[in-house]
Order: sequence, then C-alpha cells, then structure tokens
Amino acid sequence: MKIAQIKELLDAEIVCGEDMLEREVYSACGSDMMSDVLAYVKDQAVLLTGLVNTQVVRTAVMMDMVCIVFVRSKVPTEEMVELARESGLVLMKSRKRMYEACGKLYSHGLNENGNCYG
Amino acid sequence: MDEAVKFHFVVDGNDFTSAGQASVQIKKNLRQLGIAPEIIRKVSIAMYEGEINMVIHAGGGEADVLIYENRIEIILTDNGPGIANIDLAMQEGFSTAPDNIRSLGFGAGMGLPNMKRYTDAMQIDSTFGKGTRISMTVNL
Repeated sequence: MKIAQIKELLDAEIVCGEDMLEREVYSACGSDMMSDVLAYVKDQAVLLTGLVNTQVVRTAVMMDMVCIVFVRSKVPTEEMVELARESGLVLMKSRKRMYEACGKLYSHGLNENGNCYG
Repeated sequence: MDEAVKFHFVVDGNDFTSAGQASVQIKKNLRQLGIAPEIIRKVSIAMYEGEINMVIHAGGGEADVLIYENRIEIILTDNGPGIANIDLAMQEGFSTAPDNIRSLGFGAGMGLPNMKRYTDAMQIDSTFGKGTRISMTVNL
C-alpha cells in the first residue's frame, strides 16, 4: 500500500514528509505503549498511535519505520515534527480512533506481515 | 585483543524528552561504519530501552559502545538506586516505573526483557543503593 492511500483511507492530513507519499509500505502496528512497539520487530513500516511526545518519533526511528499516523485528532509538537523531518519520516494526523483506523488499513491489505493490533 | 572503535555518551537524567538522543546518534555512527541494518536496529533498540531506563530510574548515566571486528558491546552505567530483584525485573510486565511514565508510553515492564531479546548476551551487575552496570553484546 502506498502512503498516499493510507492518507486517503484515514482521511488524514499530512504534517510532514509530503514528498514520500509514493513510498510502498507492507505492514503496520497500532499502540500507545512504545515498549510494546519495540518488543515486536516485524518490519512494520507504519505506526498508528494516540500518544504525543518525542519518544514516539524516536521509537519509530529505532524501528526503521517510515510513517506515523496520529489518531484521535492528536497533533504532534514542533519538536516532534523537526525530529521526523531530520529522520525522513512521514507524519500524518487523522480524526479516526485507533480501532477504526487499524481496521480500515487492515481490511485494505496492510496485513501481509500481520502485526496490526490495538 | 583487537582494537575497538569507541563511542561515549552521557545520558541526561533530568529530561525525559531528550532520552534516546544517544541511541539516535549511535544509529547514525553505525550506519557510517557500514554495519548491517538488522544489527544496527538490534543495537539501537537495546540501547534506547537502556537509556529510557536510566532516565526513569537512575537520574541518567553513561553509555559506551565498543565496536570490535566480531561484535558490538554496549555498556550502560548509572549511579541510581540499583535493581532490588533482578529476576523479577527481567519478567515481562514487571515494572516499578511511576504512573506518569506509563502515560508517556513506557513503564510497561518491557525494557529489560527487550534489551535481552535484541542482544546475544546481557550481564546485569547491580548493587542496591549504589548503581547498575549493564553490558550487552551483539555478535556481528
């Protein structure tokens, strides 16, 4: 799935990384607990979360992820956006809740390496 | 003994926001050295969890990363309160972190187990009331 399609499915707004929307991603995970995200490396490329602090971006960087979706209308801070830009990450925000956002992506095929939960 | 490439970091214990800076930096350094991406990921995740632990529990500390021909060693040292029961601390889900840390996405009792999960060897030396030294090895 292209990042552009994630944006569309989740009716999301891009915060940074507009130039990477054509990138293909194959798996995702959803969690507000960063330690849980760090526990299950499976080449997830997308993180869905409702948590807003700099550690969310660092966790994604550690995991070599390419995109973070903030659910429940959460807005990343300036510092997070800057960190994401430095690291080449796409940030987007959606009004959808975690369950629905994960379900939409999962049912549209973002499940091949299966590890979408939340 | 082969000569190691060494990196040293001071982990600031006063600011949870900055925790993880050393791990982000080591990731860049290892990339420049041409280390394989899956090895870099293991080293940086293990060190990141360690950094977070030092900030939550020990008021910061120091991190040393030594790169040898056949392995990478990560040594984390702090002067914090020490770990009362290491066996218990190694259990997934056991945590002594305060509630405010959980609301920041950590303190789920996964830190030490994750560090063990991503490294080939891990040794914890902790003296209650004095501090903790954790050494981890990732084979190349």
